[in-house]
Amino acid sequence: MRSFTYERATDAVAAARAVAQRPGAKFLAGGTNLLDLMKLEIETPTHLVDVQDLGFDKIEKTGDGGLRIGALVTNTDLAADTRVRRDYGVLSRAILAGASGQLRNKASTAGNLLQRTRCPYFYDTNMACNKRKPGDGCAAIGGYSRQLGVIGVSSSCIATFPGDMAVAMRVLDAVIETVDAGGQRRSIPIADFHRLWGDHPEQDTSLRAGELITAVVLPKPLGGQHFYEKVRDRASYAYALVSVAAVIQRDGSGRVAFGGVAPKPWRVEEAEALLPQGAEAVTARAFHGATPTKDNAFKLPLATRALAAVLAQAGTPAQKKG
Amino acid sequence: MSDTAEFALSRRGVLAGSAASAVAAAAPAEAMPQRTPSGATPTMPVRLTVNGEKRELALDPRTTLLDALREHLHLTGTKKGCDHGQCGACTVIVEGRRINSCLSLALQHDGDAVTTIEGLGTPDKLHPMQAAFVKHDGYQCGYCTPGQICSAVAVLDEIKRDVPSHVQGDLTAKARFSNMELRERMSGNICRCGAYSNIAEAMADVAGERA
Ligand SMILES: Cc1cc2nc3c(=O)[nH]c(=O)nc-3n(C[C@H](O)[C@H](O)[C@H](O)COP(=O)(O)OP(=O)(O)OC[C@H]3O[C@@H](n4cnc5c(N)ncnc54)[C@H](O)[C@@H]3O)c2cc1C
Ligand code: SF4
Ligand code: FES
Ligand code: FES
Repeated sequence: MRSFTYERATDAVAAARAVAQRPGAKFLAGGTNLLDLMKLEIETPTHLVDVQDLGFDKIEKTGDGGLRIGALVTNTDLAADTRVRRDYGVLSRAILAGASGQLRNKASTAGNLLQRTRCPYFYDTNMACNKRKPGDGCAAIGGYSRQLGVIGVSSSCIATFPGDMAVAMRVLDAVIETVDAGGQRRSIPIADFHRLWGDHPEQDTSLRAGELITAVVLPKPLGGQHFYEKVRDRASYAYALVSVAAVIQRDGSGRVAFGGVAPKPWRVEEAEALLPQGAEAVTARAFHGATPTKDNAFKLPLATRALAAVLAQAGTPAQKKG
Repeated sequence: MSDTAEFALSRRGVLAGSAASAVAAAAPAEAMPQRTPSGATPTMPVRLTVNGEKRELALDPRTTLLDALREHLHLTGTKKGCDHGQCGACTVIVEGRRINSCLSLALQHDGDAVTTIEGLGTPDKLHPMQAAFVKHDGYQCGYCTPGQICSAVAVLDEIKRDVPSHVQGDLTAKARFSNMELRERMSGNICRCGAYSNIAEAMADVAGERA
């Protein structure tokens, strides 16, 4: 690990300033992703601003019946909150399907959104990777790509956003709240938060340098049945090959987003409108224009089957018709 | 600052490659500053309450909680397996919550209370979970065991505190103990010897249930 200096911030704007003013400075929340990458010298910050004392550790009701989740609320506490379990089950389910009990105790809401890809070539510093080193090339293209993306990828990077929590937040239309070094606040709909890689895979999100996440806001509950179906190589403690976050209403309408397939949680609203017609209609539209490799082409039928499993559990009209 | 950067570069030069980065990660934290006569990172003070005892340390900021416990406080019960959050050997209980001590800086825990395997019980007065692991042969080589036991103690507490799990059918129901539950909740602790079924029996014994 490269050496760095460390401070604990006590004020949000001062924390944002401390990072914005210093190239090479980074925020530190739980540390479960950043320290992992620092040990491998994939991340080499020269200064860490620990944000654990900023008081962003509460979940509060908003004026219009939603919830404001502090950026530092742990994954365990968020998944265990009785309001989240009752009204936003898809979110509890997605979080509980991720990582391990130990990691969820440490992982924060903001850090989870900002976790970096798990592309094996990104992790192997001997291999070419545009995301780690812009302009280096991409060893995954033409390499072993079983875990990587099938849609929304580019000719410079085919990695996925690997997380679970954000996929549920996408279905819920969560909004990410930030503050910058000038005290300016911003609300970013989660649809606009994670980027498609394009020519700049080194940039994962639309956050600006030194912009601090303070909270994530959930709009008022949607009702319906909530599902998070995660398909992976082992039953627990593994990243998704494909995941489906869904909220299905009694009449068979609903919302659905896919994880493990793209640089961001993958939700196509026009595809959702086809939910009453069954899984195949939805995925045909949602994955229209997909560019899978021969290693990961299995993700397309897998997404259809995972969604079919969800719809079967929901027992929606389309399913009952057969 | 430039001295520090120079140090980082020369060290990296020697330890190039991904196998070497595993070595670098495993090197005792104490050894690091000694190799940098001109560029040692200034240490920072850290206060921890470890197994009920107040401890004060001055640490290179890079020192993980795991290395602080093992290399500086010489509490070697907590093990280093992967050093990347993937095995659970380093599990300790911090402020009542189990975490992977390898993915946390000691500095993040200034002021925190830490319980390690050494603090759960003593050879003469074992914690019930330690006694149950012995009774049910919950290990073979024993390397993963301190992490397994710390995790197991915390899992029973999590169920008591109604923390839900992935295998729970009804999210709004109260969390309860079952074999499926404990297997899911213990998935962050890998046992290379495959002692899982005996670990499950030990946990069930302590929980007063059948595995
Ligand atoms: C073995 C293993 C298995 C895992 N499995 C899964 C899985 O199955 N599913 C899953 O979803 N995740 C998984 N994870 C990832 C885990 O969820 C993340 O590591 C965790 O959520 C990161 O949160 P953190 O608070 O520790 O972030 P940190 O490591 O502290 O930070 C991550 C990034 O966010 C930035 N940051 C942190 N807080 C803020 C803020 N408030 N504002 C702006 N920037 C900020 C940091 O600068 C850093 O760049 C796994 C991790 C490990 C190690
Ligand atoms: S897919 Fe992206 S992250 Fe993976 S090697 Fe290519 S550029 Fe790097
Ligand atoms: S040593 Fe910490 S999880 Fe493996
Ligand atoms: S007892 Fe040997 S690794 Fe678990």
